[in-house]
Amino acid sequence: MTSDKSKLGFFLLLSPLLLWLMTLIILPHVGMFFVSISEKVGVRQYETGFGNYAVFFNEPLYWNTFARTAYMSIAATFLTLMIGFPIAYYIAKLTKGRTKTTLFLMCLIPFWVSELVRTFGWMILLRETGVVSNFLQYIGLVDGPIEFLYNDAAIMTGLVYTSMLFMVVPLVTTLDSLDDSLIEASYDLGGNGYTILREIIIPHAMPGIVSGCIVVFMLSLGNYLTPILLGGKDSLWFTGLIYSQFITRFNWELGSAFGFLLLGLSSLIVFVGLKLSRQSLTETMGR
Amino acid sequence: MNFKYTCSALAILAMSASAANAETLRLLTWGGYAPEAVIEKFEAETGHKVEVTKSNNEEMVAKLRATNGGGFDLIQPSQDRIAGAQEEFGIYKPLDLSKIDTNLFIDSMLEATKGNTMMDGKVFAVPHVWGTSGLVVNTKMAGSVKDYTDLCNADVAGKVSYRLKRPTLIGFAFAMGMDPFAAYGDADAYQGILDKVEAKLIECKANVKTYWDGGDEIKNLLRSGEVIASMAWDTGGWQLNADNADINFVAPASGALGWIDTFALPSRGRADEAAYAWINFVMQPEIAAMITSEAGNFTASKGGDAGVDDALKARYQTSFPQEAVDNIKWYPAVPAGLEALEGAVLDRVNAAQ
Repeated sequence: MTSDKSKLGFFLLLSPLLLWLMTLIILPHVGMFFVSISEKVGVRQYETGFGNYAVFFNEPLYWNTFARTAYMSIAATFLTLMIGFPIAYYIAKLTKGRTKTTLFLMCLIPFWVSELVRTFGWMILLRETGVVSNFLQYIGLVDGPIEFLYNDAAIMTGLVYTSMLFMVVPLVTTLDSLDDSLIEASYDLGGNGYTILREIIIPHAMPGIVSGCIVVFMLSLGNYLTPILLGGKDSLWFTGLIYSQFITRFNWELGSAFGFLLLGLSSLIVFVGLKLSRQSLTETMGR
Repeated sequence: MNFKYTCSALAILAMSASAANAETLRLLTWGGYAPEAVIEKFEAETGHKVEVTKSNNEEMVAKLRATNGGGFDLIQPSQDRIAGAQEEFGIYKPLDLSKIDTNLFIDSMLEATKGNTMMDGKVFAVPHVWGTSGLVVNTKMAGSVKDYTDLCNADVAGKVSYRLKRPTLIGFAFAMGMDPFAAYGDADAYQGILDKVEAKLIECKANVKTYWDGGDEIKNLLRSGEVIASMAWDTGGWQLNADNADINFVAPASGALGWIDTFALPSRGRADEAAYAWINFVMQPEIAAMITSEAGNFTASKGGDAGVDDALKARYQTSFPQEAVDNIKWYPAVPAGLEALEGAVLDRVNAAQ
């Protein structure tokens, strides 16, 4: 009797999650998969086959775009880690109480406005008649206006800025759990700053680093607004391709195939990343 | 107690009765085509409610395709997006012309749109707003730009913008001496034209500052002087002209590209009566004039240009002397499948370094 009751409770608690997964994730994907394997042969005529996937591999343009997107996302992830780690270390280890909360909040505040507004903020700063260009002219460093927008560096800036929080939060959590006495002990045992960082801090923070990297990488790869708005004419991004297949070309079949390829290939990259860093997903997410 | 119940029951009955007559019109249209003042007047006069969603051609078709023609009661795609989309996705339903007051329309435009959107003897759209795309140029700084291909001139390098969409392909093809509309029916010939345009656009890419997406974006770029020559809509040019006399819309030497935005019914629209009422309402000359002053473009309403303010008329006449009007290239209906060819070209131009 009791076991029946607890079983019922278990399923009741599970049902929101199952509903969420089924209706919002699995069902749409099944539908999208069927769209992606129907090839268009004429007006309102479709055949089943993997032709749409073949298009991706046969047209260098598409896999080049994917490679570029992946490469830029990895670079953005790395940069975010490089900038985010010192910030997280400072917040977790060198501050206490109120300062800590304040600093943490300051990382959070930019996320109170929408991504679109933040991106427009960057456009106001970086455009030819924008704040940075005008300031440089004002202090006499340059003679004419400079265009900072519409290149890869602008995209990178936007991506790092957008995803900084998602790196800092898991890092702060893992670094917080590192006992200060361990660091003191290693100084006692003759370690210096560099060896302590390499032998003590980074191994301990590894799960945080990996989970932060996964989130930032996925966010960058799936970002649409930032690359399109800041990248201008050179903004070739895989999600942009998917959007244009769906909306401007009415080619849902190819768009769905691209969607699945993005899902598969990005999962593969994350898998390889986990293997290389010798972390397992359960360990990373379990902490 | 009993009295109270009777009252509320009566109230509910009354509400449902009025709901049967007054429908909610879900209108999918362009920015400026349904000004607040017009909606208020319409609601007061007919009792119908209007909900407006703003969009563009591609999104309109994509949205209706996603719902098999549901979710909206009246939509306003350009006339070239009717027949092809109908053949492919079946998202429209034929119009009942007896419910539309055709006397309100300029005859030539009505006939042209009817012809363009006819399938199996049924008419799918009537015209509403028309306009052109051509060049919006800062005439002081980029006086040399007279045609689409002049955007690739060295003297405007780095200060040019256009959209990476089909009008650009068509405009460049005309400026390069070809006639893409004549090749619409022949995929091979059309591909030949596209190949030449692709080469030109890739060569021209270094000249481009950025490809613009929305009307506000290009207006911003032109206003700030970051862009001095662009391919854009006539209204954008006229609006900028009001602020800065140097900037104006220029009809290109090879002809401006003319579009007509229409009224069409989605196949699963629910408020047809309200939709017909809206069409007949906004085509009245005085309402049409209100829409023209809001959207900046003229309508297919007979006498609708009479109430438009003189400044806009003057700008129109500067940009369009009679021979430029005669030279407008009106978009014919896009055959199904053509977008795939164009899409591949646009992708390659976007990817070119």
